[in-house]
Amino acid sequence: MNKTLNQKAWFLVLPVLLLVAFSAVIPLMTVVNYSVQDTFGNNQFFWAGLEWFDELINDDRIWDALWRQLMFSAIILCIQVPLGVFVALNMPKKGFWASFCLVVMSLPLLVPWNVVGTIWQIFGRVDIGLLGYTLSSLGIDYNYTSDPLAAWITIIVMDVWHWTSLVALLAYAGLQSIPDAYYQAAKIDQASRWNVFRYIELPKMMGVLMIAILLRFMDSFMIYTEPFVVTGGGPGNSTTLLSIDLVKLALGQFDLGPAAAFSIMYYLVILTISYVFYTVMTNMDKKEG
Amino acid sequence: MADTTATASATLTKSRAAPRRRIKSSTIVMGLYLLFLMLPIYWLLNMSLKTNTEILNSFSLWPQNLTFDNYATILTDPAWYMGYVNSLIYVLLNTVISLAVALPAAYAFSRYTFLGDKHLFFWLLTNRMAPPAVFALPFFQLYSSVGLFDTHIAVALAHCLFNVPLAVWILEGFMRGVPKEIDETAYIDGYSFGKFFVKIFMPLISSGIGVAAFFCFMFSWVELLLSRTLTTVDAKPIAAIMTRTQGAAGIDWGVLAAAGVLTLVPGALVIYFVRNYIAKGFALGRV
Repeated sequence: MNKTLNQKAWFLVLPVLLLVAFSAVIPLMTVVNYSVQDTFGNNQFFWAGLEWFDELINDDRIWDALWRQLMFSAIILCIQVPLGVFVALNMPKKGFWASFCLVVMSLPLLVPWNVVGTIWQIFGRVDIGLLGYTLSSLGIDYNYTSDPLAAWITIIVMDVWHWTSLVALLAYAGLQSIPDAYYQAAKIDQASRWNVFRYIELPKMMGVLMIAILLRFMDSFMIYTEPFVVTGGGPGNSTTLLSIDLVKLALGQFDLGPAAAFSIMYYLVILTISYVFYTVMTNMDKKEG
Repeated sequence: MADTTATASATLTKSRAAPRRRIKSSTIVMGLYLLFLMLPIYWLLNMSLKTNTEILNSFSLWPQNLTFDNYATILTDPAWYMGYVNSLIYVLLNTVISLAVALPAAYAFSRYTFLGDKHLFFWLLTNRMAPPAVFALPFFQLYSSVGLFDTHIAVALAHCLFNVPLAVWILEGFMRGVPKEIDETAYIDGYSFGKFFVKIFMPLISSGIGVAAFFCFMFSWVELLLSRTLTTVDAKPIAAIMTRTQGAAGIDWGVLAAAGVLTLVPGALVIYFVRNYIAKGFALGRV
């Protein structure tokens, strides 16, 4: 759609600007402010410059958390995107069962995040959980509170359970928009199932799939509550992701300076990667017209 | 899905010819996936209907002595059920505020170009990318200093951080689908902007508004870190109250499970109401 140039449109955006300025800019300035100062309590602050940043960059702890976080997000994307597309391809197209699948699939998305954690904490327990009990009675040594690998598998399966439906629903919406004529043409050409997917369905899904990847990346990179409830960052530090580490630093130890510097670097990492996704996405939007 | 439809019609003709039905592979895939989704939820429900002794001492796939005591504990104690009320209050407040400010902004983004519009749009989105953990401490200090700490409005405003950008994004997608000629005709007919917006435009994108409301509800309802940081007593959300079950005598599993089941109810209700728009809504109106 060609839009008209109208500077008065700023007035329509003004409420959003004021609200977001209050709830985002002010807190963010506070964080920046803390990140360059030091305090010994009593609200006395000293200029510290880039000291905190310096300290954090040379701190193994934050790097370990960052690698864990990147690995977590990468695994999540690698599992959820193909699985979500696969599920979407198998969903019924219309009728009662389509609505039924939609409703059941949306259910995990509306579970409060700590309840997601609670559900899996219970589900995975060896003594009272269905999963843990079944696995251990099969003779598999599974205990997510003491074995780092089991802890990782648990939080990844939990996230797959929680969010794959989002990818599936987005991909499903993309599939619904493909006109029947495309499929008929493919049938006349005797295209194989794979070719139909590769040359018709996938290109048509790309737009929504990018939204899915963007949303999944952002949310998996910020994940806090669910793994915190299940593992509390342990055993040891093996599942301490960035947010968990940050909350420990900020609200647990009240180390304002380092926590603020940590926040800013965290935010910048997520911003940079998301910007790349976003640019790719809008460019694709333009190509499609 | 040409092949599937082909096989579907083939199965149909076949089943008409012979009584034997072939089960489609897609049904199996969906069946397994839905089973995977429902099992943990079923287990929670199962546990909420058991007594603690039964949970800890015997392992059974369904409750042997059905009990509703866990639910009774929650529904009779104000300290418990007020948590649900608090959560619902700030979620609804947040939904209303988010939509009220997002509607005009989305209209501006979908209809006009103006100085810095693209940058502004991305800047709004960056707030959706901000990890709540980054904002927890500054929010705590900000709302304490303006005297809003432990109020519903504080949580509602804090959740606007990620809900307003999302609402703008969704609504903009839906508004793009409305032809601009409708606006122009209305203005020629002498409608003022406000009257046009409320009387003509909003009904046209009502499904978009519904979907945006659904998303605001969803993300505000599921968030815990900020709502827990900003409240102590008066506005404490149910999700934070659930930690009460960890007493000196260990965790009260039955009540914990029952509280978890009850948090699923509002979500399930909301899904039921928007079920016909879910697919389009999740694509943010962009299909």
